[in-house]
Amino acid sequence: MKPPPFDYHAPRSLGEALDALAEAGEHGKVLAGGQSLIPMLNMRLAAPAHLVDINRLSELATLDVGPDGVRVGALARHAQVERSERVAAVQPLLREALRLVAHPVIRNRGTVVGSLAHADPAAELPAVLALLGGSVRLARPGVTRDVPAADFFVGPLESAVESGELAVSAFFPALLPRSGTAFREVARRHGDYALAGIAALVRLDDDLRITSATVACVSVGPVPVVVDVTAACGHRPPATADWASAAWAVQDRVDPETDIHATADYRRHLTGVLAEQALRDAAREATGA
Amino acid sequence: MHEITLTVNGMIRQVEVPGRRLLSDCLRHDLGLTGTHVGCEHGVCGCCTVLLDGEPVRSCLTFAVTVDGHDITTVEGLAARDGTMSPVQRAFGECHGLQCGFCTPGFLCTVTALLRENPAPTEQEVLEGISGNLCRCTGYQNIIKSVHRAAEIMAEERRADADSEQPGEEIV
Repeated sequence: MKPPPFDYHAPRSLGEALDALAEAGEHGKVLAGGQSLIPMLNMRLAAPAHLVDINRLSELATLDVGPDGVRVGALARHAQVERSERVAAVQPLLREALRLVAHPVIRNRGTVVGSLAHADPAAELPAVLALLGGSVRLARPGVTRDVPAADFFVGPLESAVESGELAVSAFFPALLPRSGTAFREVARRHGDYALAGIAALVRLDDDLRITSATVACVSVGPVPVVVDVTAACGHRPPATADWASAAWAVQDRVDPETDIHATADYRRHLTGVLAEQALRDAAREATGA
Repeated sequence: MHEITLTVNGMIRQVEVPGRRLLSDCLRHDLGLTGTHVGCEHGVCGCCTVLLDGEPVRSCLTFAVTVDGHDITTVEGLAARDGTMSPVQRAFGECHGLQCGFCTPGFLCTVTALLRENPAPTEQEVLEGISGNLCRCTGYQNIIKSVHRAAEIMAEERRADADSEQPGEEIV
């Protein structure tokens, strides 16, 4: 099918883009990579009256990597972030998760910030932002605000971005010393949305005992589900940690739904298995870090 | 309507399109380049893959107006100007990497870019590289063979080029 008609706006600067969005209000939609939006338009699941195309705003195609973390501009493509060695050095979870996002050809166009704003609970990047405690920067003419991940994902395909606002960048905090991350998921085919998935973060103290263990779950709730399993693991070295208890704690916290792809029980089961695997992987990374 | 200029297969083309015109439809309907095939029209099948500034993208998930001023290569632009098939095209022919041919333009564009970036991919890299393209005929085995064969042909051609540039080193 073909997209419904819309008024097309091609701003040449961030200011022009914000003005166009402010004017369009609730009838406006931002076009970045378009890898989620255009399928929705083609299938007539969305019909915005105004489309504001930010693809000419090269000032948003930025990747600022510092010791604190990575700030990804609204026009940075998945592939650009995935290939960056500097990003991988500061926060390796981004590359690991990006390799699970759709297919390489989609990642050439899709943007990281677009994936966050799309807020699909089955997508990898929202889980990464939620796990790391990152944030998204939103702008409207004259006003900028940073929304922490915990408040950013509101519901399925619903984020804190309000009418007339543009998500200009997202911040992913750096991996701290003696910390490790991992991403595990199960999908029917490579590149499909995951039936279940887990992003895990484990921190150790100087004696290499676990001081914190957290996971973010994909596809098992309306938003990424973050579960702190530090207590279940115990303040112990990874080799003797109670990973099985941690996995149970995660399973107890999620509330998956049955659909044509998998039953709720199967998704819950996968979530437990993947949580244990991802936590072990993250702990191993932390031990070597 | 929007007046846009695209460089398609090396030729500058000007065309007037509505904002909602997909790049796939612009290529097929407005420019008559029907080599780019449209399968699912929501980014799943990969048939409509073209090269945008050398990078493979889904033309059904791209608006023509967005890529105003950019460089597009379609399957029609893969062969040399004299009509000699590209190494990837030859390899698909040699290894029977197609049956009905509907998905082939997408595979050819995807693989052309894949081998440009990674001239000697492993089996796993080939699988990952073509994972976004669906074929309902071949069972993929011959497509995978074709990718490896294309890599071989390209390596042979590079060696031949290098040899012809340094004839002095051939002396035994």
